[in-house]
Amino acid sequence: MAMQEKKTSRRTFLNALWVGVGALSLAEIGFLISRFLKPREQRFAENTADAVIAAGSVDAFDPGSVTAFVRGKFYLARLDNGGFLALSRTCTHLGCTVPWVDDEKRFVCPCHASAFSINGEVLAPPAPRALDLFDIRIENGQVLVDTGKRTKRVGFEAAQAVYPGRA
Amino acid sequence: MSTLQRVWASIRGSGPVTNSSSNDPRKYLRNFLLHFRPAEVPERSIGFALTAYLGVASTVLLVMLILSGLMLKFVYEPSATHAYASIVYIGSEVPFGQLLRNLHRWSGYALLVTAFLHLLRVFYTGAFHGPRQFNWIIGLALMALVLLSNFTGYLLPWDQISYWAVTISTSLLDYVPGIGTPLKELILGGPEPGPATLLNFYALHTAILPLSLVFLVLFHFWRIRMAHGIVVRRAPDERLTSPLPMVRTVPHLVTREAAAALLVVAAMLALSMTLDAPLAEQANPGMSPNPTKAPWFFMGIQEILMHLHPLFAALVIPACLLAFLLCLPYLRHDAPATGVWFGSKRGRRTVLAAAIAGCLLTAGGVLLSEAVLSADTASPPTVLRNGLIPFLAIVAVVAGFYAMIKKALDASKSEAVQALFTFLTSAFLTLTLIGTWFRGAGMQLVWPG
Repeated sequence: MAMQEKKTSRRTFLNALWVGVGALSLAEIGFLISRFLKPREQRFAENTADAVIAAGSVDAFDPGSVTAFVRGKFYLARLDNGGFLALSRTCTHLGCTVPWVDDEKRFVCPCHASAFSINGEVLAPPAPRALDLFDIRIENGQVLVDTGKRTKRVGFEAAQAVYPGRA
Repeated sequence: MSTLQRVWASIRGSGPVTNSSSNDPRKYLRNFLLHFRPAEVPERSIGFALTAYLGVASTVLLVMLILSGLMLKFVYEPSATHAYASIVYIGSEVPFGQLLRNLHRWSGYALLVTAFLHLLRVFYTGAFHGPRQFNWIIGLALMALVLLSNFTGYLLPWDQISYWAVTISTSLLDYVPGIGTPLKELILGGPEPGPATLLNFYALHTAILPLSLVFLVLFHFWRIRMAHGIVVRRAPDERLTSPLPMVRTVPHLVTREAAAALLVVAAMLALSMTLDAPLAEQANPGMSPNPTKAPWFFMGIQEILMHLHPLFAALVIPACLLAFLLCLPYLRHDAPATGVWFGSKRGRRTVLAAAIAGCLLTAGGVLLSEAVLSADTASPPTVLRNGLIPFLAIVAVVAGFYAMIKKALDASKSEAVQALFTFLTSAFLTLTLIGTWFRGAGMQLVWPG
């Protein structure tokens, strides 16, 4: 009886060893695959040197206007009080591109009829969040938008707008 | 023996191929077929009324898809800059190119339909019980692979329809907590669809998915052999173990299957000659078309998304339905597999009632939700108000329906589960129809046409 137990335990041990070695080699293959696929990320990633986009002079944007920037995939909105917001053009619901409807003064998503105000707040569901923001700097009267820095937010707060002439 | 004869003999092989001594060349085909088909099958298993040859049709469509796909690979270029042009080139310059592309597209859609109908057939004839439990699970995996194949193939033309359909379908993953967004970026090869996405989908669509499909289909077939063939009709007083009258596979089954296969090929060719596969303008990431719709086979989910918080539409409800499908064969049923459609006369009645109830309640629910939504457009949706509360209301309706079927119609547990399955299937099909045909610009409800 004792011998049998010993035999079984050696066999069990060897079997466990095989399973372990097998798992290890699978992990190695998994590592190899992930390393193999890694360089593609850089190859297809957009050039980050272009992330900061000079939108133009502060005076070029009228209060209450929205200007589309195709290259940076954002809208530069100037609020009625003169503040600037760089809004992502991607709907927070399912990623469609939202056009600005100038007649209605709102963004209307063609996919599921979500609507956003000029400051990006949700006016009509199903979108769950306000449009994402990009960082804005104003230097020498020029509006610079950093499309590499995206901020997710639930709604609009006055502090999000950037005003010319204030630090 | 001449050299030629010796070579022929080597190809033909030696050994007793069949017991017929004739030199009929068909015996080689028969011999080949009998390597993976049984020599005899139950007479009751070969009729159209039991299976409608849906498994045969699905297999034939898979073969057609592989062959036409292999041809398309010689012309299609999987790069964001060239994909669309190569599709246009296939349609305008390549002889029979448009026909081949149509054949591939319509066969892909047809496979979804036949595989789904096959699933319904297996369910309603009780073929998921007993020794076939695990083959139901394999079948579900095959269904998932067919869905994924259709989805990955959908992107390849790189036109406005495919680009935006993939954008909104994959954005759903953002609502899965924790793993959702990393998973989406893994699938897309970046935060949004781009050249990496196309390459990913191409590799999946033309190698990984078809290989997995072929492997699993063979496994599916093998499990049919292991279960001693498909489920067959038994009279109520007949013992399940009593022997069945048998017929020879060749020619009785094989000729029927061949006829079904030829009909499928003819139908797909006729369809491909009359109807062109859709192609819109080249993909433009800066402009979403209005309306933007998911592929039609995901429209049921997109329709749920119109009403419920995405966490429930994208995760909770699909997970519940999948769990239900996976558990089905392992529930404790009180009736054995009979091979009779819907089990019994009462089963047939409850299924009909469930199908009608599922359709009407779903349509009513959509209209009700639409009225509530248009009354309240002020605030963004929340998990509680737009997720949990309507979800619990749906669960209450479904549970109430199950209880009613059991009590009022005095159904057995198997019949009640069958009715529940029918109710859910009918609801999902109704949602798919509404999303595909009754949603117009801005995703507003409209009459089709």
